Amino acid sequence: MHQRRVIPGFGLSLGFTLIYLSVLILIPLAALFLKAAGLGWQEWWNLLVSARVLAAAKLTFGASAAAAALSSVLGTIVTWVLVRYRFPGRRLMDAMIDLPFALPTAVAGITLTTIYAPNGWVGAYLAQFGIKAAYSPLGVFIALTFVGFPFVVRTLQPVLEDFTKDTEEAAAMLGAGRWVTVRRVVLPMMLPALITGFTLAFARAIGEYGSVIFISGNLPMKTEILPLLIVSQLEQFNVPAAAVIASAMLIVSFMLLFSINLLQRWLDWRHR
Amino acid sequence: MSHPDVTTESKPVRLLLIAGAGLIMAGLLLLPLLAVFIEALRKGWEVFFVSLRDEAALSAVTLTLTAAAISVPLNTLFGVAAAWAVTKFRFKGRALLVSLIDLPFAVSPVIAGLVWVLMFGSHGWFGQWLLASDIKIIFALPGIIIATMFVTFPFVARELIPLMESQGSDQEEAAITLGAGGWQIFRRVTLPNIKWGLLYGVLLCNARAMGEFGAVSVVSGHIRGETNTLPLHVEVLYNEYQFSAAFACATLLALLALVTLGVKSAIEHFTDHSRSVL
Repeated sequence: MHQRRVIPGFGLSLGFTLIYLSVLILIPLAALFLKAAGLGWQEWWNLLVSARVLAAAKLTFGASAAAAALSSVLGTIVTWVLVRYRFPGRRLMDAMIDLPFALPTAVAGITLTTIYAPNGWVGAYLAQFGIKAAYSPLGVFIALTFVGFPFVVRTLQPVLEDFTKDTEEAAAMLGAGRWVTVRRVVLPMMLPALITGFTLAFARAIGEYGSVIFISGNLPMKTEILPLLIVSQLEQFNVPAAAVIASAMLIVSFMLLFSINLLQRWLDWRHR
Repeated sequence: MSHPDVTTESKPVRLLLIAGAGLIMAGLLLLPLLAVFIEALRKGWEVFFVSLRDEAALSAVTLTLTAAAISVPLNTLFGVAAAWAVTKFRFKGRALLVSLIDLPFAVSPVIAGLVWVLMFGSHGWFGQWLLASDIKIIFALPGIIIATMFVTFPFVARELIPLMESQGSDQEEAAITLGAGGWQIFRRVTLPNIKWGLLYGVLLCNARAMGEFGAVSVVSGHIRGETNTLPLHVEVLYNEYQFSAAFACATLLALLALVTLGVKSAIEHFTDHSRSVL
């Protein structure tokens, strides 16, 4: 479209946007990748397959995936209830969904630790069964479930609200029971949004720091997550190692973001 | 609908699901929220207020407010400019620009702090030069501000872009034919149309700016009374086993969260705004 621009401010707004974006985001990220690229492939490889990094990566990705999966299950139930049923307290419940986003991560971190510590409200109960929640991988999983939950609900909610009930009516008319209708008709329609929500929760969990470091106990090789490993490398003035681990994490995050965008684009295209 | 019951569950199932959702909300979200306040008051109101009036706590509050007071307006200005450029005009690379604006959401807060250390830290790109000119960025207020700006960068823009896209440019074009200037169009036509979306974006941006922990923690250096923001002060107290004091300061942040959620859901309710997270 090369019509004459009638609305003013193109140069000013785009210029400011590009300069601000470059100075604040692009150049600093480039600094990170350049720093990491200063090390050769061999050093990258040695660093990334070192036992401590591998253990941290396993915990970070494993706990993130497990937490995103639990968030997806819990989020689906809560979203279903919020969208389909009317009951007292529904609006309050709706407003509370975003608490993990609004509550600063450090506050979430110390609070979850206090609840799940061996002498905490829930922790003491779990301890009776020999389950150690705080200061173990289970604690990391709990914190990441808390963090990821709103992403699943807020992704599913608009999709479920847009569903018209005619397909469900048709299924019922054809003799399907309610459970069969939900399982064979509704859930498959919700699946793309559920995958998007899962991926968003997963991506957020990988980078999460504040809500995890208190409850995890931070034992190298056991309960140390990747973001904490970056911080500890930095504190030991091992800046190149911090840059390499950070770059590798960013590449994974960008690929996740990219795949969400692809999925969304494919869904938009299919809906047309 | 003559048979509304075929598209919903039986009453026992409905009640069971509502109870299940209530339990999930209570266990996952309400319990931690309550715990903040209960732990803060465990040793009584006196300890609570003494912890809040502590000098280090007051300086942490001041620092948090200062960092938000600078980073939120700047990111708001950016958000408006970016939304204007992206929605009022069509140009090459526009889609790429929109994706780049979302980039900071994919970056771990720790990495958002690390990039500034690599730029301005003593071994960073400008490290030697800053040292020679006696300018402190890392372990000082400027570092805290730029780290906060990095993590809160997309909030206003990503709120305004879909909103202004859906509103189109007809009203602005009409204003031009009536002889209005650029600034006048923005203030009298665009701004009234986007004011709720703008407020929504600023609200989320502010909540994140005041609560940011990871990015700020990397650049702050944890100098008590100097470079500790409120979330960092909470961490320091907690690590010193001053649990009641830590939770007393945490209540301020929890209250901020509750006010944010309240205003957010009020805007959603009164303006038919879709709910968004991030």
